[in-house]
Amino acid sequence: MIEFKKINKIYNTGDVETRVLKDISFKIDKGEFVAITGPSGSGKSTMMHIIGALDTPTNGKYFLDGHDVSKFTDDELADIRKDKIGFVFQSFNLLPRATVLRNVILPLIYSEIKPEQREEMAKKALFAAGLPEDRWNHLSNQLSGGQMQRVAIARALVNNPSLILADEPTGNLDTSTGEIVLNTFRELNRKDGHTIVLITHEADVAAYADRIIYLRDGVIINK
Amino acid sequence: MLLTDLAQETYLAIKSNKVRSSLTILGIVIGIGSVIAMISIGKGTQKSIESSIQSIGSNLIIVSPSFQRNVGSSVSAGRGSAQTLTIDDAEAIANKVSGIKSIASDISKRYQITSKSKNTNTQVVGTETAYATVRNVTIDLGNFITDQDYKAQSKVAVLGPTTRDDLFGENVNPVGQKIKINKIEFKVVGVTKSKGGSGMNNQDDMVYIPLTAAKAYLSGDKYLSTISIESTDSNNLTIVQNQVSELLLDRHKIINADQADFQIMNQADIVATASSVTGTFTMLLAAIAGISLVVGGIGIMNMMLTNVTERTREIGLRKAIGAKRDDISNQFLAESIMLTFIGGVLGVALGWSVAQLISKLANISTDVSMDSVLLAFGVSALIGIVFGYYPAKRAAKLNPIDALRYE
Ligand SMILES: Nc1ncnc2c1ncn2[C@@H]1O[C@H](COP(=O)(O)OP(=O)(O)OP(=O)(O)O)[C@@H](O)[C@H]1O
Ligand SMILES: [Mg+2]
Repeated sequence: MIEFKKINKIYNTGDVETRVLKDISFKIDKGEFVAITGPSGSGKSTMMHIIGALDTPTNGKYFLDGHDVSKFTDDELADIRKDKIGFVFQSFNLLPRATVLRNVILPLIYSEIKPEQREEMAKKALFAAGLPEDRWNHLSNQLSGGQMQRVAIARALVNNPSLILADEPTGNLDTSTGEIVLNTFRELNRKDGHTIVLITHEADVAAYADRIIYLRDGVIINK
Repeated sequence: MLLTDLAQETYLAIKSNKVRSSLTILGIVIGIGSVIAMISIGKGTQKSIESSIQSIGSNLIIVSPSFQRNVGSSVSAGRGSAQTLTIDDAEAIANKVSGIKSIASDISKRYQITSKSKNTNTQVVGTETAYATVRNVTIDLGNFITDQDYKAQSKVAVLGPTTRDDLFGENVNPVGQKIKINKIEFKVVGVTKSKGGSGMNNQDDMVYIPLTAAKAYLSGDKYLSTISIESTDSNNLTIVQNQVSELLLDRHKIINADQADFQIMNQADIVATASSVTGTFTMLLAAIAGISLVVGGIGIMNMMLTNVTERTREIGLRKAIGAKRDDISNQFLAESIMLTFIGGVLGVALGWSVAQLISKLANISTDVSMDSVLLAFGVSALIGIVFGYYPAKRAAKLNPIDALRYE
């Protein structure tokens, strides 16, 4: 499903050239639950952005479901994100003044899903993400951190994407809430067959995955 | 993105920023409102001037004196002050030109006029009986100047209603009272009906006396201010006008018509001239009001740019979940168009109310036309697009990663 072939990401800040990803090649199959881990600054988030079609590599080839995404335009990348990918961000990124339901429905308006079907889909996703029903009409800034993360997960699920990317999804949560969230991911992977890529720098979080990719200084050191 | 979604997003965005949205809308409301009000004043003035021109008579041709123009000089001296038209000219016109229904000469000048307790400065028209028919003057009280008054050089005066109000008070019957024009005593014999109109054009602020009396006691010479001619038909206005012109050129021994020492205008000319003047006046008013509209537009742009900055993370998120560039730019564009649209609706209402208020309080006639309402809507929508375009493009171009990282 995902294949990196000699991917490089180079940032030019002023005169300095920062090579964040160096000739990275790997594959992730459909239905896998993979953790990408490594020390801070090793390039995990950068890699996730490329996997998630939010960014393109400086050079190298990236195949997503057989398409070479590395050459796509902005709008083509937006289509890929819309159809295939669900993001869960460390800082949730919910719309604060909108209700939980509205937040979860948001991706559907860009996929032109008929308004009648949206609420049904959003409720299914919220159910899968395990957010209690009595919170569905709250404003998202009236929720606890754990609840916000569940809304974010539900939003990532709502389009039924084949790939779910989570960047430090437990970073802002306490250990027990984090465990619940991680179990939710595992559940989604086992039951519904979503491919899940989890980014973390904590070994015990990475342990939830079936496979771990270690990254250090922009290089994979162990598959 | 469906249109209904766009509308809902727009509604939510405007609602979540009530104070800022309202202030921005206010800018547009004031801009559109003043454009509507100003145009309505301009149009109203134009209408009232046109109708007051119509009220001075129908199928009217007015001959007035002017300084003779020298060959090669393109400067025209002011008309009216020259002394080139005489009663003989008027008689010749009456006798020799065909197609004339009636004709009346006048000697007009402003004088100080006093009654027992009050005084005013107004236009005194020394004229003859036919003036009433030619210039559409109708009598309210008493009678107009008679042929008898004309022949006898009687010191009698007919007052316009405004002059009567000024000298004797409103609705007082002054017939039989005495007034002094330039210290000479005249007896009031009548009051004319109101013609409407205001300002310098006020047809109601007049005093009519026999031409012979004006000549004998006031001006002291034989020169006329105007000769008013009513043609038999609106179709022969130009024919009569040409005959009068030829006759006068001949009488004044002028070969080149460009050097004529008189001016002839017919009613159509006067209406056209006045319309073009008031048209310019309307444009000027609208342009001044337009400036506030531009300021309102800049307000929109300012708000939208602030919005884009404030909502950078939201934009990043929307892009991450699949929004295309157009989805983002449409959303911001829709927001600014919605603001200007609301501003446009309220602005039209405000402009209309202001126009009503002005015509009530200041007694200036106003006319809110459908054109100006449509124009205002068009302009406000355009402002929404023009001033919303740049912020919207800026939002659409944001890189999703940078946007998500924005603090
Ligand atoms: N836009 C950018 N311009 C320049 N350098 C950048 C940019 N984005 C990231 N970097 C650099 O790339 C390197 C990797 O960043 P990245 O965010 O991928 O690290 P990470 O592995 O996710 O770290 P953490 O665990 O702290 O989140 C860092 O050294 C960072 O300074
Ligand atoms: Mg990171």
